[in-house]
Amino acid sequence: MPGISNYINNSRKKALKQSSETAGNLKKFFNSVGDVSFFALRFFRETFRLPFEFTEFVRQCYRIGNKSLGLIAITGFIMGLVLTLQSQPVLAEFGAQSWLPGMVALSIVKEMGPVITALICAGKIGSGIGAELGSMKVTEQIDAMEVSAINPFRFLVVTRILACTLMIPVLVIFSDAIGIFGSYVGINIRADYSFRLFFDAAFASIDFIDFIPALIKSFFFGFVIGLIGCYKGYTAASGTESVGVAANSAVVAASLAVFVVDMIAVQISNMLV
Amino acid sequence: MEAVEKISGAQDDIIVIEDLYKSFGETDVLIGFSLTVKRAENVVVLGKSGTGKSVLIKCLVGLIEPDSGEIKLFGQSISGLRNEELDKVRLKTGFLFQSAALYDSMSVRENLKFPLRRSELDETEKDKKVQDILENVGLTEAIDKMPSELSGGMKKRAGLARTLILEPEIMLYDEPTTGLDPITSKEISELILEMQKKLKITSIIITHDMACAKRTADRIIILKDGKVFVEGTYEKLERSEDEFVMSFFV
Repeated sequence: MPGISNYINNSRKKALKQSSETAGNLKKFFNSVGDVSFFALRFFRETFRLPFEFTEFVRQCYRIGNKSLGLIAITGFIMGLVLTLQSQPVLAEFGAQSWLPGMVALSIVKEMGPVITALICAGKIGSGIGAELGSMKVTEQIDAMEVSAINPFRFLVVTRILACTLMIPVLVIFSDAIGIFGSYVGINIRADYSFRLFFDAAFASIDFIDFIPALIKSFFFGFVIGLIGCYKGYTAASGTESVGVAANSAVVAASLAVFVVDMIAVQISNMLV
Repeated sequence: MEAVEKISGAQDDIIVIEDLYKSFGETDVLIGFSLTVKRAENVVVLGKSGTGKSVLIKCLVGLIEPDSGEIKLFGQSISGLRNEELDKVRLKTGFLFQSAALYDSMSVRENLKFPLRRSELDETEKDKKVQDILENVGLTEAIDKMPSELSGGMKKRAGLARTLILEPEIMLYDEPTTGLDPITSKEISELILEMQKKLKITSIIITHDMACAKRTADRIIILKDGKVFVEGTYEKLERSEDEFVMSFFV
């Protein structure tokens, strides 16, 4: 039965090849996690060293915060509107339409607002940082900074990560507010709710404590987006192709990291509350 | 900084490289490279592509760490220096990158002011310094232009101006005339000579441009197999009968 033994041999070779590829990918993954951890440690070390690049930090806050407002406003509004329009018929079936403002507001504040905003920022800001630093690396601008005795890590990386960590929670609060307003508009497409009635109903179901875990995890979202964007750009290989790779992998890794942070944050907040 | 100045004043050999080794993975790039450069001397380094010329000058400013060997700038060994001490040496060592490496999010003025961030000069003095240095390199009209609006030659001049603004004692040029037309190449070469005469700058110039080498070199070294193959003046090497040396002068 040579045919069967050939088939078994081929299958065995295929399985071996696949398992060695999986082992290689796993090794690569753990190496990257290790590298990012060292990069993060370096960030903490450099953050507390003087001189702090305050002007560049403020410029980055402006770029990350102010220049993302439009996109965050549109996505936040659509998020609130769509969530309301999707939930309205389901709640109407149970005669629970009066719960709609509270339910939408709570889901926006606790989950949808922070996660959607963080994902949008991972796409816009993470890729922007990855491409910018990657391009600076490829064109030797980072080396030029180093030879003029300016610490490029402190100037480029520390300022960007801090700006992301600080500005993304602000964008999340902004997105939450616009999202709740979008919900008000959505509810008024099919019903007639006064502004006062809607917001009373919405905020009646939200306690101040609901904001805290969401806000804290937003800081972590900002930190991982900045960290991964900077890491991918700062460690880009030479060649123009690596700029695209840095930008692309920054978005993918930062988006994934946002979900991982979210999962951990939910577990921790459930344990504490 | 004072210590560096005292040492630099005391010694004439401003760059001393001894037995430098550097490899990348399996590839040996520098194999026991040694070189001494005197104050206000222009040394041109020739060699085939990939023979480690750029690696050599990057080792000099600490951008690449050599595997072994010693580098002394201003009489001070740079290996094992803390970042702050290395920065003091870097402030006296200019580096002109092949691509000029201008910060593309900043105008020419901002590019030139960038290395002065730690300087104690006020804004007016910084602006004056920028104006003066741009006059020196003939680029005053481009002061508020962005790097993307500059031609190749203008970028090189702006890169040179940004390096010279720190008044370095040593200049390292990585292919300063590559990609430029012959007229602009000549202008850049003359600028290098002018800086040497005016500011008594010591230079190492990496180039493939023989016209530039002829104009600027006090001494030429040819790099082969990771070490100095031959050295001498342009005229001396031009007359060499060695096939490898001759290939540069054809």
